[in-house]
Amino acid sequence: MNEFLQGGLYGGGIIVAIMSSLLFVLWTERKMAARMQSRIGPTFTDPLGFLQAPADVLKLLQKEDIIPEKADRALFNNAPLLGATVAIAGAAVVPFSATIVGADLEVGVLYLLAVGALGVLPVFAAGWGSNNKFALLGAMRAIAQSVSYEVPLVLAALVPVILAGSMKLSDIVAYQSSHHWLVVWPFFLGIPAFGLFMLAMLAESNRIPFDIPEAESELVAGITTEYTGMKFGLFYMAEYLHTVIASAVASALFLGGYDGPIAPGLWWMVLKTGLLVVAIYWLRWSLLRFRSDQLMALCWRWLVPSGVVLVVGAAVWVVFAG
Amino acid sequence: MPSGLALLAFLLVAVAVSGSLLVASKILRVVSTRKEPLKHATYECGEVPTGLAWMRFHARYYVVALFFVLFDIETAFLLPWATIVREAGARGLVAVGSFVVVLMLGWAWATKKGALQWQ
Repeated sequence: MNEFLQGGLYGGGIIVAIMSSLLFVLWTERKMAARMQSRIGPTFTDPLGFLQAPADVLKLLQKEDIIPEKADRALFNNAPLLGATVAIAGAAVVPFSATIVGADLEVGVLYLLAVGALGVLPVFAAGWGSNNKFALLGAMRAIAQSVSYEVPLVLAALVPVILAGSMKLSDIVAYQSSHHWLVVWPFFLGIPAFGLFMLAMLAESNRIPFDIPEAESELVAGITTEYTGMKFGLFYMAEYLHTVIASAVASALFLGGYDGPIAPGLWWMVLKTGLLVVAIYWLRWSLLRFRSDQLMALCWRWLVPSGVVLVVGAAVWVVFAG
Repeated sequence: MPSGLALLAFLLVAVAVSGSLLVASKILRVVSTRKEPLKHATYECGEVPTGLAWMRFHARYYVVALFFVLFDIETAFLLPWATIVREAGARGLVAVGSFVVVLMLGWAWATKKGALQWQ
């Protein structure tokens, strides 16, 4: 029972903290994108535009709820809730400092991959439930892309598991703080695995340069075409949550997590996660999108075999040199 | 399973937080009293929608799904070994290595057949 209460309390704190950080993430992204395009970004709500994101939330809360008459109501109405929940669920096993962790599972990495794979269900529920051709096409592309990139993602995540000898995320961070961060040593395994992880993660969460499922010039808005108000808001939120949490996971697996000199662990974790999030948005506003067939070919012909080579390489390194 | 309970609590909180947003929107949102038949029609860029969207998919999606199952099972086999690579030593490496080689032979064949092309 104590365990249950503790999980709930930590969970509440972590979830509220991440969700509030989203307001800051949104602001950073909009301002950054504006500067990159020689605009000034939101200024209407206050001179810095900081209240724009809360204002957007209020707007979404007040919007009329329109359910298409031909939709499958059960799927259509529950998909946003499931999508947001699955996106948050990943944060449960991420150690934000030596003590702040929702549920430090023995099978942390496996759990993360399971949650990641579960993410295709709300997408399909939304696409099929909307009974809209754009939504369905978007959902099918998203699923094909997500399941394909799941494979290199798992293979990249196996490298830290092999080196640390544990699937528990706090063990992996502890291994890195007692040895080296994985991108520092052995860097010939750590840096490619980190790159592969980030690439697969971007594709799995359908971000640019892999955002074909919601290519607005051909698919309107993909799976969110028929959604209004807060149901749309939950999908939108899930997308940002996914980026933030996946960045936190990447920093725990490859960048030493909460390990760092002088400042307390939580600060380091926030700093590393923040830098990765900024890098992702930098990419988003710099690159164009790929074509579907190029994306699939890239994954199955290049990324999967390189992932396998990395895993075998890590194992050989551990057995003969580590 | 002590940490299973903590995880359950975390997930319940996650559902509650995202659910509370939906409840808040239910309270705050405007409700239109006007009857507009087109408002609830499926969106097809302003045209009158034709037919349902529930139709057959292209077969290439099934090929992708098959490959996913294949490689996902491979990684499911690799995961338990990954935690004990040091203990399993060279013998484990040979065993897993031969498994991976067989799998990648299949991958090479599929590449040659063009099954990995998105067409």
